[in-house]
Amino acid sequence: MTNLMLSPIELVIAVTGLNAIDSPGPGVSVIRAIRDCKDFKVRIVGLSYESLEPGIYMHDIVDKTYQIPYPSAGTESLLNRLTEINIQEKIDVLIPNFDAELHNFIKISDALLKIGIKTFLPSHEQLDSRDKINLSEFGKKNNFDVPADKILYRMEDLPMAAKELEFPIVVKGKYYEATVAYTLEQAQKAFLKLQAKWGLPIIVQQFISGTEINIAALGDGEGNAISVIPMRKLYITDKGKAWAGVTLEDDSLIDMAKRFIEITKWRGGFEIEIMRSPEGVLYIMEVNPRFPAWIYLTAGAGQNQPAALVKMAIGEKVIPFTNYQVGKIFIRYAWDLITDIQEFQQISAFGEL
Amino acid sequence: MKLKSNIATSESGFVFNPTSGDSYSANAVAAEIMLLLKENNSIKEIKQIMLSRYEVDSSHFEKDLDDFIAQLRDQNLLEL
Repeated sequence: MTNLMLSPIELVIAVTGLNAIDSPGPGVSVIRAIRDCKDFKVRIVGLSYESLEPGIYMHDIVDKTYQIPYPSAGTESLLNRLTEINIQEKIDVLIPNFDAELHNFIKISDALLKIGIKTFLPSHEQLDSRDKINLSEFGKKNNFDVPADKILYRMEDLPMAAKELEFPIVVKGKYYEATVAYTLEQAQKAFLKLQAKWGLPIIVQQFISGTEINIAALGDGEGNAISVIPMRKLYITDKGKAWAGVTLEDDSLIDMAKRFIEITKWRGGFEIEIMRSPEGVLYIMEVNPRFPAWIYLTAGAGQNQPAALVKMAIGEKVIPFTNYQVGKIFIRYAWDLITDIQEFQQISAFGEL
Repeated sequence: MKLKSNIATSESGFVFNPTSGDSYSANAVAAEIMLLLKENNSIKEIKQIMLSRYEVDSSHFEKDLDDFIAQLRDQNLLEL
């Protein structure tokens, strides 16, 4: 008898961002969402930078992990390492999840495709358009509300910027982290700390009070929104990360994300961080060019964005989602994983586990 | 006067505004009033229903009801 049941597609998917820590990378959430999708049978290849990224040791989440060079090592060493890994793994799709690594992955995406590894990433132009340094200009040009800001390359310019923006101000690092400063001394301290960690420039932004809302979205690269899920943070850590959140029903948020995708023709996943002022104005605080760490909520709410991205990466046509469950909540939790020193030694010494 | 159609309420008094993500806990009487609002009863009708259900001074109840409606309006739970 012929078996007419269609088998799920078998795919090898490589994922970065396995640092499921208190300020987590999105990798583990991305993998959980992909594993939830019944259309694939997947082998997950983790790509890590450090030996203590928890995802490396979650063997029911990640099948095998390889260390890759830091973004500062450049594209050549990254491509060499991925080529080497690909001989073993025959990767079908690669999903980078860190802001700081995206530039390199976009740069080598054609070379990756030549060895059979597909990605679904924005272009360098799209990446730059939403960069913190360009966001204010992007907002003005496209009629989005964005807080006023100043891009600083010298700390001597801080007093003038603070005077113009008025305290409190938000001092932001080039890639990550932000501090609210109420005095010049606090702003200077934050400037030096962020400069030491992430380099220059430092972004100084007008402080907007209100309700923090995040939107996870997926664009098809042709101006169509495949999925948009707004989430209100219910609990925020001291690092400003959502520890719990709930999906919202608000057309104005969905329309904003759709308009962003239409204007930028964004290709891939991204997150818009919104502050809704008491007057109801939606300020775009940041646009992160990759899935957020809470992305598993999109799968829980009925729009599995990571799975949809994988489908688009392998060339399938994905119909935009139309419905999701409002009032779906995620609550993050900490979990002590027990492992052996041999595992730590294996990833540290040999760069794979 | 009407509760916004997307406001979720339960008999236990839990109220969820899916637009803002805010949630509230209403006491038993407030939950009853919200249910009546959801059923499109006017303020006048709600007063009559509640006064027929409970032994309470009419003017006292009216003041409490007005305060409660003002709270609902402040929280953006009522249709404009």
